[in-house]
Amino acid sequence: MALLLSALLFGVGVYGVLARRNAIALLMAVELMLNAANLDLVAFDAWFKDTMHAGQVFALFVVVVAAAEVGVGLAIVLAVFRLRETVAVDELRELADVDPPVRADT
Amino acid sequence: MTLADVVFGLLGVVCLAAAILVVTARHVIHAALWLVVCFGALAGCYLVLTAELVAWVQVLIYIGAVVVLMLFGAMLTRAPVGAVQELDSRNRPVAAVAGLATAGVLGTLVVAAFQGAYVDIHHTAIGDGKEIGTSLFRFFVLPFEIASVLLLAALVGAIVLTKREA
Repeated sequence: MALLLSALLFGVGVYGVLARRNAIALLMAVELMLNAANLDLVAFDAWFKDTMHAGQVFALFVVVVAAAEVGVGLAIVLAVFRLRETVAVDELRELADVDPPVRADT
Repeated sequence: MTLADVVFGLLGVVCLAAAILVVTARHVIHAALWLVVCFGALAGCYLVLTAELVAWVQVLIYIGAVVVLMLFGAMLTRAPVGAVQELDSRNRPVAAVAGLATAGVLGTLVVAAFQGAYVDIHHTAIGDGKEIGTSLFRFFVLPFEIASVLLLAALVGAIVLTKREA
């Protein structure tokens, strides 16, 4: 049951990362995916009855890495906002390989 | 079906519903607040799975720090406070297909691989501070130190990135 919940949560996170345009909402979806992985780790820890508690310790490490990721990610978002006045990820196309197609709504 | 199963199922439903609201909410602020609900329910799931310390770390760091950081970010980037359609890009249908496909593949894989696997939480050591601390400082000291260096690097990096040019 825990693994199924984790899989569904990861799917929701994938949808969020692909569908969101606001960089902050995108970071929230990334957090959902990280938490899905955490739930897997904790569930396997409980299932294997691991005496080293490797699953829970690794869940803690994932939390640490996620905190670092959010800190640096938000710093990047703020720097981009200061330069471009926007946080919409599909308007930042300087590194795109091809020119964007002309949008119908602009 | 034991009581733990029922509690886990209810928390899972809350968590999943809140997660779907996080990725579909029209307000950035609402999405952040639904993220609190999702992480809270997930902390409850950790408690049911005997991971006591992880649950409290989830509450302290995710609900206490990460979501607040998200709210700060949303306000500093002057996110529109009202409901906006602009929050989603135009590839929502493709994203929905990709998300459903991921959930479907992972879900069927998990069901096929672990059918009948049952987490018996009644004969397992509770992962409280003592247990996890012992394991962390006995077997995982080097990763722990590396994690602290990583956090320091992230701290310095965040300061450098947001520093205004004097």
